[in-house]
Amino acid sequence: MIRLSIPLRQALSRLSLPVLIVLAFGTMLLGKADALLAERARMALADLLAPIWATLQQPVASVRGAVQEAEFLLNLRAENARLREENERLRRWQATALALEAENGMLQRQLHFVPEAAPAFQTVRVVADGGGIYARAVLLGLGPSHGVRKGQIALDARGLVGRVTEVGLRSARVLLATDMNSRIPVVLEGSRARAMMVGTNGARPRLQHWPEGSAPEDGERIVTSAEAGAFPAGLPVGIVRRSEGGAPEVELFARLDRLDVVRLFDYGLGGILPPEAVARPEPRPRR
Amino acid sequence: MKGRPAPAMGLLRQIDALARAAFPTGLTALLMVLAAVPVGLPGMVSAAALPCIVFWSVFRPAALPPLAVFGLGLLGDLLSFAPVGSGVLTLLVVAGLVTRWRRFLVKQSFLAVWLAYCGVALMAAALGWLLQVVLGWRLVPLAPGLCQAAMSAGLYPGLAWVMSRLHEGMSRAEAAP
Repeated sequence: MIRLSIPLRQALSRLSLPVLIVLAFGTMLLGKADALLAERARMALADLLAPIWATLQQPVASVRGAVQEAEFLLNLRAENARLREENERLRRWQATALALEAENGMLQRQLHFVPEAAPAFQTVRVVADGGGIYARAVLLGLGPSHGVRKGQIALDARGLVGRVTEVGLRSARVLLATDMNSRIPVVLEGSRARAMMVGTNGARPRLQHWPEGSAPEDGERIVTSAEAGAFPAGLPVGIVRRSEGGAPEVELFARLDRLDVVRLFDYGLGGILPPEAVARPEPRPRR
Repeated sequence: MKGRPAPAMGLLRQIDALARAAFPTGLTALLMVLAAVPVGLPGMVSAAALPCIVFWSVFRPAALPPLAVFGLGLLGDLLSFAPVGSGVLTLLVVAGLVTRWRRFLVKQSFLAVWLAYCGVALMAAALGWLLQVVLGWRLVPLAPGLCQAAMSAGLYPGLAWVMSRLHEGMSRAEAAP
């Protein structure tokens, strides 16, 4: 240990806080100037911690399961009545769906329709919250040779969740559709009009830029659009709801507040990726 | 005139002292990593870090040097995907202010310290919001920051209770011959 005189040591300890505050400003500048460096540091840290989070996931999941079980027991009766009613309704829809499926098959045969190949997907676990108060994202825990790429699309059991924005060795980050930086081209299913779904960090993203004369209607279904080559067409996104101020918002099908597992689909789309990913495109694995 | 040098510390003693010195930083870092586990509330990482920083700055400032605060802030920024450096600056400012007020705070009752903590949390939220706006060059709503400050204020009593037990235990171990 270096021996210093007491006044010198006191002066050093008094200086360390201002020096570190200046260093903090320096870090901010560095983070602004070299975004790639910050991203690498983040993914390296996430890779390091992903196994810890993955092990923690089991007790957390079991606690959450127990709480959910208790909730179920509490409103068993009301839930049962609701399910009975929904079951009636779905039975009618099932008959309609079967009839439509048969009709669709017949029409496709007549038109020699070439069906699209089913896309490859892998199911991965959400291990950590990858956002802060001003960002909405999740971190996924992956195996060592995972083959996940930037731009892959994440869906949960119900609908669109978001897009992979950063990939590490053992983890990947998915920017959720509700994040402030998320812009997703969508189609209003009723009128086939295109629009943009813009995240606000709130639970419901907003709709913007629809063509004049086809304003989104309350209850209309929203699906993704293939515009700009970032998403395939027709992935289920949500339903239009009017906010209190009258602005159209989207109630997402996906349950972003309780994501456990997501499916990552590889549609091989490279539209709108960060620059360095465009500079050296990775070869797509052959199926 | 030279005094007699103090007897050399045994290896175990040294390890013990080192562990005690590193404990506040280690505990804070562990809490931050645990807070990143998704529970449905965003912004838990910095909400969990602030009570630890304030508590140790008031009651055991020697164990939380500015360099450790810098490291913890950087960890928080990397974990929460906030602009790098914003959390570092917020935590350093908080630690600096609290260390300046500690002679006054240390004598106060638990409730008074909690109230002071609420003020500090609000200030930290305001600073974090300002940095977010300046660094992102875009106006973001203030509500999430206030929400985080409230969450952090709610976390303080529980964390402070645990940490004051640990602090007492550590003081007792230090006082023992």
